Amino acid sequence: MWAGSRVPALFTFVIPPAAQTGPACFAFAYNPLKHPINLHRIMPAIEILGLEKTYSVGFWRKKPKRALRPLHLAVEPGEIFGFLGPNGAGKTTTLKLLMGLVHPTAGTARILGMELDDPRMKAQIGFLPEQPYFYDYLTARELLDYYGQLSGVSARERSRRIQDVLGRVGLPDVGGVQLRKFSKGMLQRVGIAQAILHDPKVVFLDEPMSGLDPMGRREVRDLMLQLKAEGKTVFFSTHILSDAEALCDRVAIIHLGELRSVGAVADLTATVHSKVEIVWDGTRVPSAIENMGGECHVVGQTVRAVLPDDKQDVAIDALRREHLRLVSVVPVRASLEDYFVQKLRPAETPAEVRA
Amino acid sequence: MNRRIASIASNTFREAVRDRVLYNLIAFALLMSGAAILVGQISIDIERLVVINLGLTAVSLFGIVIAIFIGIGLVSKEIEKRTLYTVLSRPVRRWEFIVGKFFGLAGTLVVNTFFMAIGVFAALLYVSHRFQRSDGWLLVALYFIVLEFLIITALALLFSSFSSPLLSAVFAFSLFVIGSFAEDLRGFAGLTHGITRWLATGAAYLVPNFSALNVISSVAHDQPVSGQLIAYNSAYALVYAAMALSGAVLIFERRDLK
Repeated sequence: MWAGSRVPALFTFVIPPAAQTGPACFAFAYNPLKHPINLHRIMPAIEILGLEKTYSVGFWRKKPKRALRPLHLAVEPGEIFGFLGPNGAGKTTTLKLLMGLVHPTAGTARILGMELDDPRMKAQIGFLPEQPYFYDYLTARELLDYYGQLSGVSARERSRRIQDVLGRVGLPDVGGVQLRKFSKGMLQRVGIAQAILHDPKVVFLDEPMSGLDPMGRREVRDLMLQLKAEGKTVFFSTHILSDAEALCDRVAIIHLGELRSVGAVADLTATVHSKVEIVWDGTRVPSAIENMGGECHVVGQTVRAVLPDDKQDVAIDALRREHLRLVSVVPVRASLEDYFVQKLRPAETPAEVRA
Repeated sequence: MNRRIASIASNTFREAVRDRVLYNLIAFALLMSGAAILVGQISIDIERLVVINLGLTAVSLFGIVIAIFIGIGLVSKEIEKRTLYTVLSRPVRRWEFIVGKFFGLAGTLVVNTFFMAIGVFAALLYVSHRFQRSDGWLLVALYFIVLEFLIITALALLFSSFSSPLLSAVFAFSLFVIGSFAEDLRGFAGLTHGITRWLATGAAYLVPNFSALNVISSVAHDQPVSGQLIAYNSAYALVYAAMALSGAVLIFERRDLK
């Protein structure tokens, strides 16, 4: 009775097959066999149900190119969700599918419980494309006014909100300047302004830090936190992991069009093999430590080695045997970057072998 | 017209104006005045005929060129520059975007025609020193020219929805040239037999019949235009433009914006 897309959003669940096998999926995956359907579950802000995209490339003999394998993902209301992956991973394709700019080969998605082509839903979302380009014959204020009209914001409300968002993105005094005179960073700010102009509930940002200087990046990070504080859901794609680590409640990692994992940053990084940093006096590295597969650097009269933490005792014993003076032993916290590299590596190995 | 279509149309008009397209009007008006003075000096008794022929043909050709060269970029430029992404991610349906673009360019061309017509009437006044009753038929000829613009704009949009700007320009201009000889093509079809007749008749009715919309020569000779022709041409142009626009929408609806 509630088959396929006819299932009311409140009762739906998401089973990401790829994520189910990963160690860190508990934060995200919803397995109906393990957990009964929770009728009071909050409707996800974004629900991706097997979205898939294959392009036909080539002029004469067209060949299929898979840009996105079936993607299952759910983003809860009010969270900042990072969509991570290297260039060409399928991040922008996913965002274009969600925005209705490209049509899915299979699968569907819902935003705020509504279908992707529902204008009521589109009035409640904001979108910043990657490297945005706007009508350069318009001034910033005219551009925002135009977008406000398209989003159905009333004339009186528009003039108030335009000034407000220009201030929020750090461009309070350039509303009357034509966009052709804007720098790349200023265009990025205008792009963010148009994405939040109509007070959307869900904001999609494709590489929002791109083209911004360090101050600009910090301001955008603050803005994203403000949006979260206002109860909005922020879905942003990036390959700058430090931004994701600093901002996101949860992240998903995508590579070669395939979801590799999803979860809270702390949960994901906890699965990375822990390391320990050992520092001792001297310029010599005992052969036992050399063979442990860690990194050793000699700096002046001290040696710094980063080793797997299960080798810590063996390494200390080796230092004692060699009469080397131990200076410090410090556990190294795994970063999102370590996790990211670990997740991307297995899929790349066959490609390298083939090459 | 819904608000979103009106907004897109108004933005398209604004783009055309700021792209300095309308500045050709001033040049055109000056050219017309210059041509009228020149024609007045070298022709005897037919100054009026020459000014009307020259003036209205120029209005038509200028407008067609503007319609094609702006029309072919209306969709493809927005895709290429990715300005479309922030429009279609709003509550704007794809058909609304196409229709808005059409009305925006059509509006630009109507304003263009208005100013260019002022140039023609000014030149006519210069050579004739006064307006005649039959000069009113010029307005009908100008109306038909606007109908031509509607058809060519819709065709340019149709080609723009699936092809590159260069190919779109070639297609649209070719159709304009063939369409200007549509009556001859229909005459040719009548002379052939068998499958050639079918093909020629099909082609003759498929291309836009611009020759029926061209009454410049008639009005230059003070010949009136029948009400029946006005009604027929109006209906023909609107149906043809609507069909081309529907084709553009159907193609654009299915297109992936890579």
